[in-house]
Formats: sequence, C-alpha cells, structure tokens
Amino acid sequence: MPNGTPTRITQGTRITRGAIAKGGIGESTLRPDGALKVTGEFAYASDMWHEDMLWGHILRSTVAHAEIVSIDTGEALALPGVYAVMTYDDLPTEVTHYGLEIQDTPVLAHGRVRHHGEPVAMVAADHPETARRAAARIKVEYRDLPVLTDEASALAPDAPCIHDNRTDDHAPHVPHPNIVHRQPVRRGDVREARRRADVIVTGEYVFGMQDQAFLGPESGLAVPAEDGGVDLYIATQWLHSDLRQIAPVLGLPEDKVRMTLAGVGGAFGGREDLSMQIHACLLALRTGKPVKIVYNRFESFFGHVHRHPAKLRYEHGATKDGRLTHVTARIVLDGGAYASSSPAVVGNAASLGVGPYDVEDVDIEVLALYTNNPPCGAMRGFGAVQACFAYEAQMDKLAKQLGLDPVEFRRRNAMSQGSLMPTGQVVDSPAPVAELLRRLKALPMPPERQWESSEGTDVRQLPGGLSNTTHGEGVVRGVGYAVGIKNVGFSEGFDDYSTARVRMEVVAGEPVATVHTAMAEVGQGGVTVHAQIARTELGVAQVTIQPADTRVGSAGSTSASRQTYVTGGAVKHACELVREQVLERGRRTFGASHPAWSTAELLLEDGRVVTDGGEVLADLVDVLGDEAVEVEREWRHRPTEPFDRHTGQGNGHVQYSFAAHRAVVEVDTELGLVKVVELACAQDVGKALNPLSVHGQIQGGTTQGLGIALMEEIVVDPRTARVKNPSFTDYLIPTILDTPTIPVDVLELADEHAPYGLRGVGEAPTLSSTPAVLAAIRDATGLELNRTPVRPEHLTESQDCWLPDIAG
Amino acid sequence: MRVHFTVNGRPQRADDVWEGESLLYVLRERLGLPGSKNACEQGECGSCTVRLDGVPVCSCLVAAGQVEGREVVTVEGLADHARQRSDAVSTDSRRSEDGELAPIQRAFIDAGAVQCGFCTPGLLVAADEMLERNPNPTDADIREALSGNLCRCTGYEKIMDAVRLAVARQAEGV
Repeated sequence: MPNGTPTRITQGTRITRGAIAKGGIGESTLRPDGALKVTGEFAYASDMWHEDMLWGHILRSTVAHAEIVSIDTGEALALPGVYAVMTYDDLPTEVTHYGLEIQDTPVLAHGRVRHHGEPVAMVAADHPETARRAAARIKVEYRDLPVLTDEASALAPDAPCIHDNRTDDHAPHVPHPNIVHRQPVRRGDVREARRRADVIVTGEYVFGMQDQAFLGPESGLAVPAEDGGVDLYIATQWLHSDLRQIAPVLGLPEDKVRMTLAGVGGAFGGREDLSMQIHACLLALRTGKPVKIVYNRFESFFGHVHRHPAKLRYEHGATKDGRLTHVTARIVLDGGAYASSSPAVVGNAASLGVGPYDVEDVDIEVLALYTNNPPCGAMRGFGAVQACFAYEAQMDKLAKQLGLDPVEFRRRNAMSQGSLMPTGQVVDSPAPVAELLRRLKALPMPPERQWESSEGTDVRQLPGGLSNTTHGEGVVRGVGYAVGIKNVGFSEGFDDYSTARVRMEVVAGEPVATVHTAMAEVGQGGVTVHAQIARTELGVAQVTIQPADTRVGSAGSTSASRQTYVTGGAVKHACELVREQVLERGRRTFGASHPAWSTAELLLEDGRVVTDGGEVLADLVDVLGDEAVEVEREWRHRPTEPFDRHTGQGNGHVQYSFAAHRAVVEVDTELGLVKVVELACAQDVGKALNPLSVHGQIQGGTTQGLGIALMEEIVVDPRTARVKNPSFTDYLIPTILDTPTIPVDVLELADEHAPYGLRGVGEAPTLSSTPAVLAAIRDATGLELNRTPVRPEHLTESQDCWLPDIAG
Repeated sequence: MRVHFTVNGRPQRADDVWEGESLLYVLRERLGLPGSKNACEQGECGSCTVRLDGVPVCSCLVAAGQVEGREVVTVEGLADHARQRSDAVSTDSRRSEDGELAPIQRAFIDAGAVQCGFCTPGLLVAADEMLERNPNPTDADIREALSGNLCRCTGYEKIMDAVRLAVARQAEGV
C-alpha cells in the first residue's frame, strides 16, 4: 500500500494582510493563491502526482442508444503495462448508479447505453497512452435502438422509455415517462387578461446547447489507504455531494472516503455532477495503487453535463399605454439521457420565466425531457438563461409594436421591491430593475467608426478582424438592451446550509485566525472573501485558509451564486461565536481591571479588544494566551418552500439578483460577421465584499453570455444523437479578440436578510448578456433572429447563395 | 528515446520518452514542471504556451524529440527570464521588492487577472514575449498578441488591465 500524501498540494494558503489596508470586507484584497497561480506552482487536480501511480482511462460508447450485446476485454488485459480492466460486472456492490437528485446514472453501462460517450469500461495502466490503447482494444458489440432526439420522438406513443420503472419523486406526476419533471406556474386569469390586451405578440425561440468549457479538464487522483479506504484528491464543486454518491458504490462508509479539493480550473456548473471520481476510486481499490485520471478535451465534452438546449414558445400581451397584460410560455428543455439537475432547472425556468416584470396573469409550463442526447444539467444561470433569451426578445417585439422605446417599455413594467413573482412570492428586498436600465441608457456610446485612424483602416476593429473582409463597407451598428432575474441559493425547500470551522490562537506572538470549510474554490475568489470576513469579524491581520476537505462539514455547492452568501455567512457566524468566546475569556481574566468589560459593547480590532468608543482594553495575544478558541457551526439562510405541482405557487427562492446589459454591435451585413463593440453591464450586488472579484465575476459571466449569442453550441446530429464538435477547434468560445470592453456599473442596495446585505453575483450577468447582443444584431439588421447562437448564415441567407452550382 | 534540452536555463535529460509524447507531457510528467497547462492538448487554447528558442509555441503540439538541444522557457522560469532581460538593458541593479516575480506576473495578481488561473501560465508567457517585442503596445496589439490564449473566467478585461499595468510600470521604471 502506498503511504503518505501525494506531492503538489497547494490548496489552502497563509495570507498576511498588506501593511496599509486592513483587508476586511469591502476592500479589493488580492487572491491568496495569486502568487502560486502566476508562478505555475498552484497544483490543479491534473497536476497531482504520486509515486507508482497508474493512469486510468474510460472507454465510452460510440453510439447514442443501443443494447450492449457483449464486451470482450481479453486483448486489453493482455497488453503489457495494463493493471486492470473493469466493466459493470466488476462493480463491487449492489449500488451501481449515482446522480445528484435521481440516481439514474450508471457508473459503467449495464446492458444498454443511452447517449454518445457514456462510460462502458475502464482501464488502469502504467502510462496514459497504454491505458488509451488498451481501452481501444476492448471489443463492444452494440445492437442499435431507436434514437430519441426531441419532444416529438421522446413523447411519441410508441417511444421506448429511456428509463424503465422510474421510482423517483417526479415519476408519478409526469404525463409521460420520458418527461423528467414538469412544472406549471399559473396566476390570475390569462383568458380574461388577453381580452384587455391591445397588442399580442407570440414567438418561438430555440436555444442551443452550451458547454461550460472550463479550461482545467476533469481530473483527480485516488490513493488506496491502509485501512481499506481511499483518499481522493479532486476538482469538484461540492465535496460532500460527491462523497454521498461515491461511498455507496465503493461499499465504504463515508469516513473511509477522504476527499481533499485539488486545484480547480473553472467549473461553471460542469463539476456539480460526478465525472471520474468513482472510476478512479474503483481502479485504485482494485489495483492497490494510486490511480490518476485526466480527461483530454475530447473526453471532457462527453464527461460532464451541458446547459439544456431549449425550445420556447411565448405569448405576451400589453395595453396601448405599454403595460403588460399577460404572459404565457411553454419551455421544453432537453435533459438528455440522465436526470442530473434537470428537475431544479425546470423549477428555475418556470418560476423565473416571466423575467423581472410585474405581470398579474401568467400561464407557464416548463418540462425537461429524457432523450438520447447528451445529458444536461447545471450551468451558470441554470434555467433562467434560456428563459431570459426568449422573454427579452418578446419585450423588444412588443415595444416595437407599441411604438415605444424598448428601455421605456421595460421601465413601465419593471418589478420593484414589494412586487409579486408569478409564484406568489413577494420580492422583499431591493429590485432596482428600472434603475439598472436607466444607468445603461445614460452611458455614452462608443465612438462610431473606430476602425478609422490616421494611418488608415485598422481591420482589427472591424467584423472579420484580421481576415480583412471589410474596410467598413456594409457594416451597420446596432444597440440592444436586456435585463434578467436570477435566484440565489438552492431553492424549492432544499436544506441549503454551509459549515465553517474557525479557530483563533496566538502563533509566534500574533493572533491568527484559521478558517476551515469544504467550500470548493473554483476561481471565484471565495478564499479571498473568507479571509476578509475573518479579518473584519475578528480584528486580526493574519488569516490561514485551510485546504477544503471532508474533515469539516458540508459547505454545499459552489453554484447558484450561493457561496459568498451561504459559506460566507457560515464563516461570519462562526467568527461571531469565536468572538463571543474570546470576549468571555477576556471578561473572566481581565474583567475586574476595567468596568467597560461588562458595560460597553466590545469589538475586536487591530489585534485588540476595544470598546465601541475606541478604548483599548486588552491585546488579543494576552486574552488568548496559550489556548485556542475554536467553533464549528452550520449556518442556513431563510427556508424556502417547494412549488405547488399544479400552480407553481410558493415561496421557492431565498433571494433574487438582477443584472442588465447594453450591447453595441457592428455587423458586416454582407458576410454576416458580428463584432461586439461594447457590452456594458449594470448589476445590483447588495454589498461588494471584494469589488475587484465582483467585477471579474460580472465580466466573466457577460462573456459567457456573449459566447452563446454568437458562437457556442454543441452540435448534435439529429439522426444519430452523436456529438459532432467535441473540441476547441469546432466548439468555439470567445477569444480576447471576440470580447469587447465591458464597462461595469455596480449598485450596492443591501438585502437586509443576507450577510452584510450581499447579493449573489456570479450568475445574473450571464442572463441578459445574450439577449442584449441578439437585440443589438436585430437592431442592426432588422432580422427576427429567434435562435441562439446566431451564425453568419442567419444574417445573410447565404445558405441559398452558396448552394454549389453543380448542374451549371 | 532520450531527449536532452535546456529548460529555464538548466540542462535537462528525459529518459524513456515515447516517440508520441509531447513537450508538454515531458515537462509535466517527466521533469516535474506542471506549470504549463493541459487544457485542450490540441493547440487551440494556449494554456501550454512556452518559449522554444525564444518563440512562443503550444508545447502540446511540439513532439518531445523536436526539442533535442534546444532551449525552453516555461512559466516556472519566467521570473528569471524577465530579470535577465531587464538586467541586460539596465545598469540599474535595483530589484523590485517582489524580486521573485516577473513584472507581468505581479501585474496579473494586482489587476485581478487571475481567477481559476488555468489559462494564466500560458497567458503570462505570451504576454511577456509581447512586452519583449513591443514595450508600448496599443490595446489592439495586446488583443492580437493574446488571441491564441483562451480564458473562460475573466472576460479578458482584467487581463487587458494587467498588461496595461505592466506596460505602465515598465515605462515608469525606465
């Protein structure tokens, strides 16, 4: 058995505050892991290394839907350097499936594959190439089954069930077994409201399948332990959720699966589900050797769920004076072969499907399908993104019909604090929808014809760039606005909590706070914020952030814009309890020396106990002495409720967040090439705990929204359900040339229910970015554009022009 | 096969290298230099960018055998590389307080250009090479120079800020 820990672990860092700044909340303190990340020393999951480690590789199905007739592993096992080959038959326990909400995903396929790229077998070998070659020698015989790729085929009367004998909570309530979950939201009387409408617009919209495309591939290292357990070093979004799913498959109690967060190279929802965690552990336990698995980019496209593609049908009505009368919507999300987080995505799309507007009469139906397409689940924006793309297009359509300015029309219908959601929930904190739009509208426009300079045309400033396709001919500018609403935190009654352990002690003559949580730092800067909170609450300069692992309670997921709210809240709460204990110790030791110990409000500042009047009572070093103070506590936000299955009514969300965008684009109308010139964002963040990080979140989310507007789409063959572009050659994400300047205007209107008044930041900017870009392109071209991403052929009808003239 | 080459100024030897192994694999798995990153391994993302005889390349696309006898600079050697450059052009031997980091590395931290950081090593090597060639770049020059490096977290704005900051500090330092 290998002993010891692997090398190259750098999670968790000691931070010392700068000499001038206090480094508390509200300051743009710098990342504690910054120096490690710029020197190449920061250890990501794919950098883990262990003496004698083997490399794992997963064989994936080449077809989307088939029976597995046979699997022959003989030739793979015979290859020198191969230590193990495993199939479904080698799984050690009765528990062979996992899943976030519904345990429908096989660790390795059992008798049937349901999507292209499903894991079928796996290999451990002494070199990654040996493992790949061995996997290629495994012979799998498939017998094709009919492929379900859309609503019509999935819900046809004779459609095969993707999952037979469902036992999940949603199964008894869905109209067809190939519907994962269906959620209506009904309020008021749409039929009556329709009569009051002077104008009604309808629209059908298509939203493509987006990939998270985090740069750090799925990877991890599993090390078998002396006690029969396993240590797993892993890039994930939620250690404890992984643990809950891994341990039963291995047949181990949870305390024998010890997980430590390895460096995470981005996540954006794509690491909420398991990828190679169980596979690496199984191979490690089977071989008795450490096993590392690193996906390459091709495999990564198959190794995680994507954003649900959607078909959306909307009807909006309004009176002549520009008031919305009603909204109806039907949104069909393609969940693919396994459930992942589809039910929660449905809940979000349904409850947020009207957008940030006051509408009394609403009829929404949202459902997620089981098909043979790639499984879809969490991605930044989570159901709210698809809806926002469609309802914002509708708002522009309505404004046009009414002859109103699109921003003015939105302003007249903008929700505000006290508004009712279509779910009946009162929005009980600031909702500055109109103000965000007003600020964007007031921004100066970027100068026209920026490509013209004294030295001639700078083609880099034009659509097509260095391809030198235009010097300005046929280039038309357009401007578009959009605004969105996103929930923060886990919703619908989920027990959404986090745990923090905070310790305060004297180290080398100085008071030091140590913060230990299981929060997955995926790049968002949670570790920076935790140290800021500890400094603010405990008045210390030095904070040590412990590596995230399963030796402390769950922090919940790094998703749903929730970590600063919930784990930040847990750190704050634990710090407050530590402070109480420190003050209590101070009162016991020094209370007799000064009456203020018992009469004044006491604070911890600059390493000392001070009164609220600023009088210093004692040094923390003296109060603490040789004995540390340590507290571990769970912390919860306000509870939420499930949505009623028939009406969608219920206080389902804990907090809402709002962002708006203004896009300025220039379109080469002859070639259909788009250059986004500027993409400004205004967002209310409640309280910016770290303004620099807040800007980074807003600009990053904005750019992912630009990606789905113009280029990003996983293309699935509608006949075979096979993925056609699993590479960065064919799946394009924005480069620095595709990305414009992104001015950011941050509002800080406190939510009194949240720690420090903060509002989750990460997702809202991903919503309105896409429809703003689409609106700007519509403005430039006059085209309807009801699908995203927009491709050149949608702008030029060049599909007709470029038909090869073979006959001639 | 056996490959000899110079990495960050030090002669290195890698044994038992398969013909199919990339420079990236040899750096990461055989020489203990995992700073160059493996985001796509098909030359699209730039996260594995290193200098090969001074020229920025995607090390995932360079066969290990091709580097025999040549000089490679990785992110791990970037600070030394930048220091040697500034020592060569300046008689002033004073060092910044942060002597261990190259100016572009310091600027990435200060400007908030690092989030998950997976793209950072490649971007730093590419940006440093641009600053070497073009000490006074326009925004369009910066975008062009970094167009082969994908970043998924930042939206590139803070990366632009970081390069501008490094340029400004470089100008002040002269």
